[in-house]
Amino acid sequence: MIQFINTLLIGITAGSIYSLMAIAIVLVWRSTRVINFAQAGMALLSTYFGYEAMVHLNSFWIALPVAMAGGAAVAAFIELVFMRFLLKRSAHGAISGVAPIIATLGLLGVIRALTSSIWGGQDVRIVGPVSNVGYSIGANTLAFSPLKLLILVTVIVLVLLLSLLFQKSSIGLSLRASAFSPEIARLSGIRVDAVRTLGWSLAGASGAVAGMFQTVNGNGSFSPDSIEFSLLLVSGFIAAVIGGLDSLIGAVIGGLVLGLVISFVLMYISSSLFFIAPFVILLIVLFLRPQGIIGAKAARRA
Amino acid sequence: MHRLKSSNNLIYFFVFGFILFLASNRVDELRVYQGASIAVFVIAIASIILLTGYSGQVSLGHGALLAIGAYSAAVARNEFNVPVVVCFFIAVLSSALGGVLLGAAAARLTGPYLAGVTLALAIGLPSLANQFPILGGEQGLIFDVGFPPLSLGEEFTQYKWFFWISSLAALISMWLLSNILGSRYGRNWRAGRSNEVAAQLAGINTGRSKILAFTISAGVAGLAGALLSMTIGTVSPSAFPLALSFSLLTGAVLSGVTTLSGVMIGAVTLVAIPEIADVIANRIGASERITTNLPGLMVSTLLIITVLFVPHGPVEQHRSRKAKKLVQKKN
Amino acid sequence: MSLEVSQLTIHHGAICAVNDVSFTVKQGELVAVIGSNGAGKTTLLRTLSGLNKATRGSATWKGHNLLHSKPELIVRHGVSHVSEGKAVIPELTVNENLELGAIWRKNKKESVASKSEITSIFPRLGERLNQRADTLSGGERQMLAIGRALMSKPEILLLDEPSLGLAPLVVEQIFQTIRDLTTSMGLTVVLVEQNAMGALKIADSGVVLNLGKVAVSGSATSLIADPQVRAAYLGY
Repeated sequence: MIQFINTLLIGITAGSIYSLMAIAIVLVWRSTRVINFAQAGMALLSTYFGYEAMVHLNSFWIALPVAMAGGAAVAAFIELVFMRFLLKRSAHGAISGVAPIIATLGLLGVIRALTSSIWGGQDVRIVGPVSNVGYSIGANTLAFSPLKLLILVTVIVLVLLLSLLFQKSSIGLSLRASAFSPEIARLSGIRVDAVRTLGWSLAGASGAVAGMFQTVNGNGSFSPDSIEFSLLLVSGFIAAVIGGLDSLIGAVIGGLVLGLVISFVLMYISSSLFFIAPFVILLIVLFLRPQGIIGAKAARRA
Repeated sequence: MHRLKSSNNLIYFFVFGFILFLASNRVDELRVYQGASIAVFVIAIASIILLTGYSGQVSLGHGALLAIGAYSAAVARNEFNVPVVVCFFIAVLSSALGGVLLGAAAARLTGPYLAGVTLALAIGLPSLANQFPILGGEQGLIFDVGFPPLSLGEEFTQYKWFFWISSLAALISMWLLSNILGSRYGRNWRAGRSNEVAAQLAGINTGRSKILAFTISAGVAGLAGALLSMTIGTVSPSAFPLALSFSLLTGAVLSGVTTLSGVMIGAVTLVAIPEIADVIANRIGASERITTNLPGLMVSTLLIITVLFVPHGPVEQHRSRKAKKLVQKKN
Repeated sequence: MSLEVSQLTIHHGAICAVNDVSFTVKQGELVAVIGSNGAGKTTLLRTLSGLNKATRGSATWKGHNLLHSKPELIVRHGVSHVSEGKAVIPELTVNENLELGAIWRKNKKESVASKSEITSIFPRLGERLNQRADTLSGGERQMLAIGRALMSKPEILLLDEPSLGLAPLVVEQIFQTIRDLTTSMGLTVVLVEQNAMGALKIADSGVVLNLGKVAVSGSATSLIADPQVRAAYLGY
């Protein structure tokens, strides 16, 4: 029983981090209709910003916003100087559908190589603000620590803030209108280009939080070659697809589903299925519900 | 017209291959080894071009298909002592089988979804090696094709043997591929790529056509995988990292995904980049960190530049420029 | 103080969609631009609102150059465009679609005021404020599209085929509303229509486009009386 509860708790915490990554993918997809495979790379870079802030200021609560701001800035920069140009150039031609995907992969490679040459391939450490030792109930220790609680609460707060922004503010209305119909948005006087940059920045910030939490939730260390990083790379995408790619709530649900499935597979089946489990879930979802758990009817095919 | 062109290119390819054969007698071992790598990359890149350029599907996970081929060849060799030539056929068949499954999934998906599925596969599949003891876990398996036959002479080195085998395989697969692309199937793929609905209306079963493309591409990739592990000598998860899939895709984009004829460009570039990076790093006296990351940086930067400025590859770019000039002359 | 289009030429790739078109719309006037499929009506309208690029010529509204500007800036000069095919965002609610129209205005109070104005013009929208736009009927969507455009308090409204795919009774209703808007609010309207008769009936004047060129133009009554126009576009 205690094992079951622990598996559940581990899955939910990990899943909440994947949710953030999925939200980042969804935000970019909604604003530019591009799957940003470089999102994990951007999260990695932001985590290094956070790490630098930790080294110099020694406070996680300063490092987190620093990472977020850094992630937002990097994302805005990429959208402004790179994606606009790319989408204009690759709008037509035989590989127009594939070009943005390949380009974001190229970006991923560049960011990875750059971070690795600046900070080296070795692990660097970020210490969480509170203890990661599990609470105990009687003789049992739960796989749920103050740190995990903190992560969960922060993610919930961020998601709530984000959905408030989207549903209740006029910036949110601009973001949604630009996502659904750029032309009508422009005719309504919305500066769609600026809104796209904003969407990317929000994604960058969200990915930064995912990167920071993924690091402290694991063993506290990370590097461009660590498993944490590869996991962010696939989990964000898979969780976003499970959730239907267009929906923030879907992204959260997708992240949780993914976190729970991985956690249970690891505990009850085999730990070497760590990376193959997400793939299998993805295939199952795409076959059973190609529009995602929460998805518009718009098919994936066209 | 198209057919004529591809057979012309094939002749160039043969001539080029022959020069390489001759050259292999004159250069040092490292170059011979690189030659073998180029041949392997030619095959792997051709399999991606077939998929992406001709049938409009994207695969970020070709590394996984290479791994299937490599592992099945090694298992066949080690467990059942199958002759080497047959091992290569087994590699092709088992990867092709993987391709059928992946293709069945792919026929329902496009663009970003397919990219994501193949990406997840590339990350996930190699880790399966730890699940089944027969695959040898992290250490992997030995894949030994044996010494070159004595009839080739005493001075015929192991690397030269690798080079011969992989070059022969490359020539055969290029010949087969350009024939397939010139056939009805190739036309169906191109039709489906340009406009899926129109192709369906013209009576092409685009779903089946996509699965076929995936199957053939996977089979070719499996051959490349077996050859790759032959040159390395072992098969292990670390031989098929995500970076391999990305490199192959880069090679395909550099070659120009819409035509097979540029395939050498990508293959040579991929093999040359580490060496060029080394020279640059030495010249500028870069630190070790930068030296180790320079090849990756160069590959990715090249990928981005190519997508931005020569999205259809150098060969197609050259052709369309020539065509434009011709039009201008006529006017 | 008017919309001045002169010698406007627009290309779609190699095809010349609008060729040397000139006309003037005076303030407070309702002008119908009619013509068959492919005459260049929609292209003309999209260029006036900044969605398409012109090759040559000029177009100004109250002295503001409409070419070489972006749609999101042109709307700030009081030019509001309702594009073809019930231009609403189906994923948003009626209320949100309306708010969208005034989103660039900083003054919130003003936009609330204009929302009640619009629901008084189209009472059915007022009843459905919290429904998603994709639950509306075709006619209601067209009303919503016009309502959204009106939210920004435009001085000139560019309407692209508001009658498209609607039942005759609904078309009549919408045309009547357009006429009322012009008369009572002093709005200037450029109405692009294939339904030539319906459009000319409510218009002050008309421009007939044929293969990208102005075939005839003049007052609406003179166009209805013109035997050639009658034969080609009015069907009798």
